[in-house]
Amino acid sequence: MAKLTFAGGIHPYDGKDLSKDKPIKDILPQGDLVYPLSQHIGAPAVAIVQKGDHVLTGQKIAEAGGFVSAPIYATVSGTVKAIEPRRVVTGDKVMSIVIENDGEYAEVDYPEPKPLEEMTREEILDCIREAGVVGMGGAGFPTHVKLAVKEPEKIDYVIANCAECEPYLTSDYRRMIEEPEKLIEGLKVSLALFPNATGILAVEDNKMDCIELLKEKTKDEPRILVKGLKTKYPQGAERTLIYATTKRQIDSSRLPADVGCVVNNVDSIVAIYNAVHHRRPLMERIVTITGDAINKPQNFRVKIGTNYHELIEAAGGFRKEPAKIVSGGPMMGFAIFELDVPTTKTASALLCMTKDEVSQLEPSACINCSRCLEVCPSRIMPNLLATLAEHHDEETFVKYDGMECCECGCCSFVCPAKRHLSQNIKSQRKIVLGKRKK
Amino acid sequence: MSDLRKVSANPHVRSKITTSTIMLAVVISLLPATIFGIYNFGFKAAVLVVVTVASTVLTELLYELAMKKRVTIGDFSAVVTGLLLALNLPAGAPWWIGIVGGIFAILIVKMLFGGLGQNFMNPALAARCFLLISFTSIMTNFETDVYTGATPLAALKAGESVNVYNMVIGKVSGTIGETSMIAILIGACILLLLGIIDLRVPGSYIVSFVIFLGLFGGHGFEWNFISAHLAGGGLMLGAFFMATDYVTRPVTVKGQYIFGILLGLLTCIFRVFGGSAEGVSYAIIIGNLLVPLIEKLTHPTAFGKGGAKK
Repeated sequence: MAKLTFAGGIHPYDGKDLSKDKPIKDILPQGDLVYPLSQHIGAPAVAIVQKGDHVLTGQKIAEAGGFVSAPIYATVSGTVKAIEPRRVVTGDKVMSIVIENDGEYAEVDYPEPKPLEEMTREEILDCIREAGVVGMGGAGFPTHVKLAVKEPEKIDYVIANCAECEPYLTSDYRRMIEEPEKLIEGLKVSLALFPNATGILAVEDNKMDCIELLKEKTKDEPRILVKGLKTKYPQGAERTLIYATTKRQIDSSRLPADVGCVVNNVDSIVAIYNAVHHRRPLMERIVTITGDAINKPQNFRVKIGTNYHELIEAAGGFRKEPAKIVSGGPMMGFAIFELDVPTTKTASALLCMTKDEVSQLEPSACINCSRCLEVCPSRIMPNLLATLAEHHDEETFVKYDGMECCECGCCSFVCPAKRHLSQNIKSQRKIVLGKRKK
Repeated sequence: MSDLRKVSANPHVRSKITTSTIMLAVVISLLPATIFGIYNFGFKAAVLVVVTVASTVLTELLYELAMKKRVTIGDFSAVVTGLLLALNLPAGAPWWIGIVGGIFAILIVKMLFGGLGQNFMNPALAARCFLLISFTSIMTNFETDVYTGATPLAALKAGESVNVYNMVIGKVSGTIGETSMIAILIGACILLLLGIIDLRVPGSYIVSFVIFLGLFGGHGFEWNFISAHLAGGGLMLGAFFMATDYVTRPVTVKGQYIFGILLGLLTCIFRVFGGSAEGVSYAIIIGNLLVPLIEKLTHPTAFGKGGAKK
């Protein structure tokens, strides 16, 4: 059988060996915890605590600011120190709740969970919304919105995105190896919402041990399939993943539900599991601390809100002075100029590199080599679109499908002239999207 | 705030391939044909190669210095142009032909249109055609110390029989770099293995040329006739090294096939019905001119576009 994949894509150095065999370690935060009110797509959450309030672990501190939004919970017990703008990974300052950790980790009492079989669709969705679950692969789209499709019986596939195609990241891998039951139970919760759906665990074939393990664990689950995907970036991008597993295609104007699919990331599915089976809100995630500048690269279970400085310290500090620090993976992550930022729901990794390959690169003239066209999973013309973006030719940019870009960065990666293809296209897309919102 | 680190937009890793490494690989893959040409035609050929390459590189350097632009000779693209032009000159041509051709290729065709990536036709071929028209007797005189008489293609056109074996090896008269099919194919294999070119353009070019030649060549699909046309003249050099020039071939996949087929057709027309025995150079530069149109007509469909919305 031909390998499940898509057209285009690249094979960057994957760097996963640095941390893939390091078991998940819990770390307890020492300093203050910072909770940006906007760590998801949609309306910012609204703070429901005030300066000076005492909070417990698992207590809601911010309410969802609308339907497309998500609440935020305290992950330690302590006192609300301030509600003020704080720096986040993108470089912006975002209104945040700051909590001084009292080191006692006193927890609230969680509601008694109901058995899944006895829950109605609305009850399940309520649990997920209340728990503040969002897409933890990076986008941060509120999960309950994704799951609340209008016609649930028309969903054919619930896809667990276990591809982890981003180089260096091993958090999903460790989750699958160490806690496959939680992933499978979480997927079963999603399947309970969609009566006609088949669950697919889609794993890249550089994780054969995961595929074997998940196959073994799901052999008595008639509604769950494990599918191996060709190892290629960006296999885990939503549109390419849907295509690779089901051969269905969507463009930017449609949602996965339009072709009968729902896609969730590994960590999000585990969060769904915790929300429904234990009624515990989303409070922690797995973060890979890695890169050649880190003393002991490894995977941590981190409480949301923990400062990045503490993660670096927990990983043994810097072996060498890093030239560049990236929150997330090397392809999609954000370069950060200071470490004083909090872990959010969408932070999958902290990558510290001793070499900064990119900042010094001087772009030169396009030689028309067509490499960007070959690797583009959206099958558009990055060379042309980047030039149109440089010329601010918005009309032609939209006409030639600039808005179909999935921002994976493959074009910039392969460009021999080192043009800022992806960057230019992304900026132009933002301008167009901004105007459409008005 | 002094310990702030550098930031840049993602992706934060890049492939190792650069414009320079690509051009250098093309230069290296042209070496078998160059070395064979020098071996075949002797010292005069070596002088012509050196003079032509020096002329293209110096033209680019001086132009950029004079215009106060960033000097780009480090990308080796001028070397590629010079070498390709030299390989397309008859070994008996005087040394100044290389200089005139080099200046025309770089100054007129490349730099005046905006430099690397902006030229609308292959500079080496445009220069060759310019020389062919301006200095016809020099450019079509293939008599050297080693060979007398016409090129195999001209002989073929005149109805004489040719030795295909010698043509494949390259022990025949012609331009410096076009005679040895084997040496050119060795270089082409290097480019294919390095992933610098693919078979879309050369494959569709050669296949369509064979088909059109069989249909319109007057000899049907006669093996000796077809293979003489494949091994003779500039077809191999043109198909693998000049039709594949990134700047002047379409970037779209469909467009590349159309471009290749078009070249096959044009080459066949020029060789069969034209006044000269050769037609590859003209076919390619005319094809180059149609590239913007081909790209516009073969714009790819974006992933998932056009599906029904529920």
